Amino acid sequence: MAYDKFNILRSSAVPLSIENVDTDQIIPARFLKATERVGFGDNLFRDWRYNSDDSPKSEFVLNNPIYSGKILVGGKNFGSGSSREHAAWAIYDYGFRCVVSSFFADIFKGNCLNIGVLPVQVSPEFADKIFKAIEADPKTEIEINLPEQTITILSSGERESFDISSYKKSNMINGFDDIDYLVNIKPEIQQFASSLPI
Amino acid sequence: MSNTLFDKVWDSHVVRKIEGGPDVLFIDRHMVHEVTSPVAFLGLKSRGLKVLYPERTFATADHNTPTINQHLPVADPLSANQLKALESNSKEHGISYWGLGHQKNGIVHVVGPEYGITQPGATIVCGDSHTSTHGAFGAIAFGIGTSEVEMVLTTQCIMQPKPMKMRININGKLGLGVTPKDVALFIISQLSTSGATGYFVEYAGDVFENMSMEGRMTVCNLSIEMGARGGMIAPDETTINYVKGREFSPKGEAWEKALAYYKSLKTDVDAIFDKEYTFDGSTIEPMITYGTNPGMGMGISNAIPKAGEVEGGAATFAKSLNYMGFQEGEAMMGKPVDYVFIGSCTNGRIEDFRAFASIVKGRKKADNVTAWLVPGSHIVEKQIQEEGLLDIFQQAGFTLRQPGCSACLAMNDDKIPAGKYAVSTSNRNFEGRQGPGSRTMLASPLVAAAAAVTGVVTDPRTLIQ
Repeated sequence: MAYDKFNILRSSAVPLSIENVDTDQIIPARFLKATERVGFGDNLFRDWRYNSDDSPKSEFVLNNPIYSGKILVGGKNFGSGSSREHAAWAIYDYGFRCVVSSFFADIFKGNCLNIGVLPVQVSPEFADKIFKAIEADPKTEIEINLPEQTITILSSGERESFDISSYKKSNMINGFDDIDYLVNIKPEIQQFASSLPI
Repeated sequence: MSNTLFDKVWDSHVVRKIEGGPDVLFIDRHMVHEVTSPVAFLGLKSRGLKVLYPERTFATADHNTPTINQHLPVADPLSANQLKALESNSKEHGISYWGLGHQKNGIVHVVGPEYGITQPGATIVCGDSHTSTHGAFGAIAFGIGTSEVEMVLTTQCIMQPKPMKMRININGKLGLGVTPKDVALFIISQLSTSGATGYFVEYAGDVFENMSMEGRMTVCNLSIEMGARGGMIAPDETTINYVKGREFSPKGEAWEKALAYYKSLKTDVDAIFDKEYTFDGSTIEPMITYGTNPGMGMGISNAIPKAGEVEGGAATFAKSLNYMGFQEGEAMMGKPVDYVFIGSCTNGRIEDFRAFASIVKGRKKADNVTAWLVPGSHIVEKQIQEEGLLDIFQQAGFTLRQPGCSACLAMNDDKIPAGKYAVSTSNRNFEGRQGPGSRTMLASPLVAAAAAVTGVVTDPRTLIQ
């Protein structure tokens, strides 16, 4: 029941080449006060996206109308810092379904997989190629093929494969989540709990 | 086969291994707070699920809470609503709830150990990345997302690939004015903010063996700041003496049994780590950060490095210094300071306030500095009073606030104003972390105290009598 099924995604992409983008930038703490998972996309990259008077910062990539799409391409070490799943929610709620980077922080990557945003880790060289392709043509399309585990820059045909565990891959393709799995093995968990030494 | 401490604890908690996937890991103790739990409880409701073992989960309010006038209703309606949700969710599911005004209320990673919820060899999670703090007791403790909070509530398990193993060895005598915070900031400056991503760290060597539990908690707390999921230190006499007799610690026969288990928790001599680092403790200086991630730290007497001397892109480095209003190559010492914050799950324990007091005693707060002293819990608050530290603070012109996360992440009113400089004992110097536009320099309680009485970045060694 968990989330949208993910199979093949073909889309233009939004480039954000800054390194070490932390989850406080993705969604600042003051916007974590909701008790429901709604509206986080409005505050995605809030302080990079808006001035203190709420006017948009024209130089920030999300405010530049030439860039759009369901894929966010980030710099190295994307998603470091806080464990707030709100960061992944904000990315999803804004409309992204995939984040590409040459390196992800652990907790962020896990959070994305748990809510149906696919983190695709590519080599630094391939990340550079994507940034250059978008720079040359902001409408350039990228194809993420989850069953084949490949990412392709469609204009040039350049392609790389990416890793994902077969368990998580199957979850994403079928729209299942870990809770579905765990609830199904509850008797085994209770058996384990009763056998704990202390 | 030889195993590491980490292997021993992890492997004994694996319910099931999934081929080509994660391990199903049983969680002994779970802590929740108001910010990352409401959506998890909503998830339970929408799926019609219950909490499987309510006695294994503990709730406290800390991220959103005010640090003055806690007896009054919380003014911000959104914060008040989140606090109310935690209370009603806890009550509905039979979970221990230590809300605002409760004597056990405080920062989740401060109160957990204080009440003995944290035990050696346990698996401990919380929807907060600084859950790594509890690794100080030889527990596997790490932060999780809200989907995983829901998993733990309803099945007491999460699904995690087993991380790789790293050991960081530091031996030698720490110099004057060098605290556990400096050791941690030093390690992060060497490994970078992503240097331990994918790993679980064990800290070993006499520097850690000689540390108090408070110091070990500070070090393990900051493991996440180099990307590690968590860090741990093998339990020893110091650990056992701390844990013994606490409210949720095992008692009587159960304690004897637990003790035997705790004593088995150490890395075998010939166990292999995927990565290992060794540093000389005597070379570590009091540290301070100059940039916008915790890896951008340096010895306080050094100069800010130049772009060419650091790893990573020049554009990102320039963006960071530009945000801070600093130039490459310049000294940090003497830079003006507007705010000083001592507190947080990193440095909000009694030892941190003792260190702060050791410098401010007999001195006066600098006029240009606003100082926020925020204890991590009511126990810490009480100790500050009983040990006479409060008198020292008051005579020097400081006041003490009430427990909470406070300016560490500025979800409540404790926000550093835009453009202002703060020396902070917390854990993150990210852009806007302590308030929109705030500029944070991370440091130890001694460096914070030196800044608080001089009004500028000052080497605390010059003030130690």
